[in-house]
Amino acid sequence: MALEVQIEKKLPDFTLDVSFRAEMDPLSVLGASGAGKTMLLRCIAGLERPDRGRITLNERVFFNSEPRVNIPARQRRVGMLFQNYAIFPHRTVAENIGFGLEALPRDERSKRVAELIGRTHLAGLEGRYSGTLSGGEQQRVALARALAIEPEALLLDEPLSALDTHLRSQVEIQLQETFAAYRRPTLLVTHNMEEAYRLGPRLMVLSRGRVVASGAKERIFQRPPTVEVARLTGCKNISRARAISDHSIEALDWGCMLRLAQPVAQPSGFAGIRAHHIEFVEANGAASDENIFPCWLVRSSETPFRVTLFLSLLERSSSSPQPESAQLQAEVYKEKWQRFRDKPFPWHVRLRADELFWMKE
Amino acid sequence: MDWSPLWISLATSVTATVVTLLTGLAAAAWREGRKGPAMALVDGVFLLPLVLPPTVVGFLLLLLFGRSGPLRKLFLQFGATIVFSWPATVIAATVVAFPLMYLTARAALEQVEPSLLQAARTLGASEWRVFREVALPLAWPGILAGTILSFARALGEFGATLMLAGNIPGRTETIPIAIYFAVEANDMTQAATWCVIDIAISLALLAGLYYWMHLQAPERVRWARR
Repeated sequence: MALEVQIEKKLPDFTLDVSFRAEMDPLSVLGASGAGKTMLLRCIAGLERPDRGRITLNERVFFNSEPRVNIPARQRRVGMLFQNYAIFPHRTVAENIGFGLEALPRDERSKRVAELIGRTHLAGLEGRYSGTLSGGEQQRVALARALAIEPEALLLDEPLSALDTHLRSQVEIQLQETFAAYRRPTLLVTHNMEEAYRLGPRLMVLSRGRVVASGAKERIFQRPPTVEVARLTGCKNISRARAISDHSIEALDWGCMLRLAQPVAQPSGFAGIRAHHIEFVEANGAASDENIFPCWLVRSSETPFRVTLFLSLLERSSSSPQPESAQLQAEVYKEKWQRFRDKPFPWHVRLRADELFWMKE
Repeated sequence: MDWSPLWISLATSVTATVVTLLTGLAAAAWREGRKGPAMALVDGVFLLPLVLPPTVVGFLLLLLFGRSGPLRKLFLQFGATIVFSWPATVIAATVVAFPLMYLTARAALEQVEPSLLQAARTLGASEWRVFREVALPLAWPGILAGTILSFARALGEFGATLMLAGNIPGRTETIPIAIYFAVEANDMTQAATWCVIDIAISLALLAGLYYWMHLQAPERVRWARR
């Protein structure tokens, strides 16, 4: 079973030009807003028509430009979840869930609805209207309603982004349960990298209508192939860089020489390291150690449990009273920060060779 | 006093409103989701009776249903001559009330959240079912308002009715026409009576409509929230 998509569609700012195959594992589609993610889902669901290409689900052709095929949305049996839940406000929870089951006899329909209500933990809310439900409950109704038609694929368009943090994790757990039991092609569109990582083993990154990375999520997060993918996956430290030898580079924005575990592929490119991979070490007077540099704090920003430290590798010159601009962002737990926050500058950071990565433009 | 203009006016307005509701709703539903310059022309034609002088509407209807009009033969097959008969009052009232129904129905349908219609489609609903079970119930308050406005407009129709249906007491003489001919005949008491009746009915309809919309408000806010 697989969903195969190869489509082109002209949009106002760019052309959506995407080709991929999704099998049983959920596929997270990550991209900034306006990258064409929603349009992609709408084309698969049959709510929009691509200009060219082909969409097939389990050998059923949904769309083909040559010879022309365009199966209407109602015949595709593809479940879709919307960012705004799209619960019918004039129908109760039970009537919403039963909407796609009109063809079934009444008692069978209510049996199915009851079963779905149990599965999505909505018991007790059967007779309620959407106006009296929380966002999380509404999205669970939408999920039950989509599952009712036993869809052959499931499309989720930013299903969690309108929810508060605590409701979000509830619905997320519900989605994980559903994905585990459901085992059919599933696409989850999101602009939130953590959500994308948690919900799908496979990841596809979209930018201005094109796939800029796809594959196993661990691989993409560890070694983003381009600067854009690094940014979308939350990498805070990116520096222009120039190759010196196979495994060493000069990071031009950071102002240091670095050794990389990974071989350097091009003469020039970018180096990156994630904020939580920057380690603080004791100096030991051995600043010549691999990838260890003295650093000065420019400013810091605290969250409840962690602190982000903006660092410069250059000593503030006494002639200019302005602080140097920060070149690196490090993220550490507060407990750890307590241990070195009062120590005199310079502190020392290590950019470990195996956590550094090399990227193309 | 001869009460027949009241009954004729009510029968004409009710019939015209039913016809307007069906045709206006159908036209608005058909127009939904269509784009392009041709649609601007369609909108223009549908709204024309709202701005044209009633005499122009009446003249065009006379051309259509008159002695050599193309629609005359069609109706003759059913044994009906339209001009100067009761159906003529219905036709005139329908044509002038149609734009109000079309406008309000379109506005009401456009306000329905598109993702609700799309969700219904992905759940396997036919376009007819999407319209009947999702769009229509959600647009209903606006459509009802359009229906009442259409009824009030049909009740007030004068010019086109006079040209197409004439003034045949007991058959085509509606309240507005009765007023005109009462004034002509210098029967001011008669004219004033009909004026009071006409104002009373129209005011009751419009005030009732606004009161009902006021009562509906919390519910509509609840439905629109997401």
